[in-house]
Amino acid sequence: MTEALLEVKHLKKVFPIHGGLFGRRVGEVKAVDDISFYIKKGETLGLVGESGCGKSTTGRMLLRLLEPTEGTIRFEGQDLTKLSREEMRKMRKEIQMVFQDPFASLNPRHTVEKILEEPLIVHGLKSKTERKKRVQELLEIVGLSSWHANRYPHQFSGGQRQRIGIARALAVHPKLIVADEPVSALDVSIQAQVLNLLQDLQKEFGLTYLFIAHDLGVVRHISDRVGVMYLGQMMELADSEALYDSPKHPYTEALLSAVPVPDVDIKKERIVLKGDVPSPANPPAGCPFHLRCPKVMEACASIRPAFREVEPGHYAACHLYGEQL
Amino acid sequence: MSALPNKKDKFVVVGSQADHAEKINKPSLSFWKEAWLHFKKNKLAMFGALLLIVLITMAAIGPHIVKYDYATNDLMNSNQPPSKEHWFGTDDLGRDVFARTWEGARISLFIGIAAALIDLAIGIIWGGIAGYKGGRVDEIMMRIADILYGIPNLLMIIILMVVLGQGLGTMILAMTITGWIGMARIVRGQVLQLKTQEFVLASRTLGADSRRILFKHLIPNSMGPILVTLTLTIPTAIFTEAFLSFLGLGLNPPLASWGTMASDGLPALEYFPWRLFFPATFICLTIFAFNVIGDGLRDALDPRLRK
Repeated sequence: MTEALLEVKHLKKVFPIHGGLFGRRVGEVKAVDDISFYIKKGETLGLVGESGCGKSTTGRMLLRLLEPTEGTIRFEGQDLTKLSREEMRKMRKEIQMVFQDPFASLNPRHTVEKILEEPLIVHGLKSKTERKKRVQELLEIVGLSSWHANRYPHQFSGGQRQRIGIARALAVHPKLIVADEPVSALDVSIQAQVLNLLQDLQKEFGLTYLFIAHDLGVVRHISDRVGVMYLGQMMELADSEALYDSPKHPYTEALLSAVPVPDVDIKKERIVLKGDVPSPANPPAGCPFHLRCPKVMEACASIRPAFREVEPGHYAACHLYGEQL
Repeated sequence: MSALPNKKDKFVVVGSQADHAEKINKPSLSFWKEAWLHFKKNKLAMFGALLLIVLITMAAIGPHIVKYDYATNDLMNSNQPPSKEHWFGTDDLGRDVFARTWEGARISLFIGIAAALIDLAIGIIWGGIAGYKGGRVDEIMMRIADILYGIPNLLMIIILMVVLGQGLGTMILAMTITGWIGMARIVRGQVLQLKTQEFVLASRTLGADSRRILFKHLIPNSMGPILVTLTLTIPTAIFTEAFLSFLGLGLNPPLASWGTMASDGLPALEYFPWRLFFPATFICLTIFAFNVIGDGLRDALDPRLRK
């Protein structure tokens, strides 16, 4: 087994809710509540979950765009949460991010050349001709042409813009790329192109991805392992095959049953969940899923199930598997 | 029919040139070039711009094209109506109103532009920092601005005049001491709105420092509203100057501004109306010019207002 490039332990993020006349702290939202995972070098970890379950927050904490409330993030053995601002700034070369909305993630006032130059300038590449050369190189890597360099973002299609976003992330030779729903704003036909580009780049540069998405099909296509999040907690984490073929957690089962299968002969039994996702400001005690779980037991309402290895490499947080280990 | 060759031969398949399919022949327009194209289409705004250019040119050369000095008295020729000799007539001390009008234009425009630029500088820095830092810093900085804004303007100006003495510098200081607040609010609003955009996050992810983010991403993207506010601040400052001079809180003689000239001309309105007419007209024209330019800019710079 290759070593873990990134190891996250007991990561938590709590957003305070201020209210009242003097902005007192009246409550808190546990956006990410004690999650742990690791990513091996060169693999893709998919992270899925409904809106608001904390997957983006997790991604942003890895880059310290949001400060974690608790927990450690070890990148190549170094704890990112303990780094000073300047050390972290240098560290950003190693971890980059691809954003969700290709229309908002590029500065509308800058040409593509300027956008791609920024990381080079920030990380101290002084020579102008070298920067120009690198920009051309980057454009070619992501399948654009050199004449695109002096155009503005609004002159591109969504897929092309996302390519520019990817080129920008690649500019500093990162090891890990956090892709925060990189294809959910794109047309389905373009999604495939961008996903294939990401996979090609992974092979070429030996990149490691944390791929955040809510589209289970997309995640299955690209990920080696998949984590399922619900209400700020990791419910299940396993190899992609294992997770899709034999999900352990009732929540994962329900999610997978909602994936449409393009075959009229297959009659699937859909598990329809009752109710809504509880508010993260007031999460239920015990298992966060127990209010909607079809297999709810007595213990679920009071005791939070531990995140444990159910089968080798297959982790789940559910009381159903409590006795086995 | 038989004379015609096979129809198929008339069509030659050119094929698609994959290499050039993506090429755009139209030159890539920067934001400002595009805004200029839109501004040019706005006739009223272009008229305002033209008017302003004429006014500025006259302010530059006006005092030199007549042989009279703006400050030289000629008591034998006081209160002359407009004539070939004195194009805009003379005032009660026999000074040439034409020369004085353009000398006054220099001072009025200078005060307007200087006040607006100082407002701009303070406003961008104050509003930019407040908006970018957010939280408590924002709270404190904006409350300070609110408190300053609450002090009656005229009262503060009069106190300043008394303490520092009347003059150009005092006038500009008096106007900028509260004038920057409007600009700061605009900039803060823009920055607050922009700083959560993903391109700003992306820049932070790349390791850019706050200064770079503020001056390369946030401020350039708020330049539209800033410029509009700027063009609308200038006429306000010119008007305030005229108003203060009219109240006798303006410049000392023999310095002329449009405000002092209007103030001097008012008592003589019944008999020598040209003494009020000319400065008042030019105040109106200047303010009008700046306002229509500001309107035109707002339309040109805001893509949502474009038709």
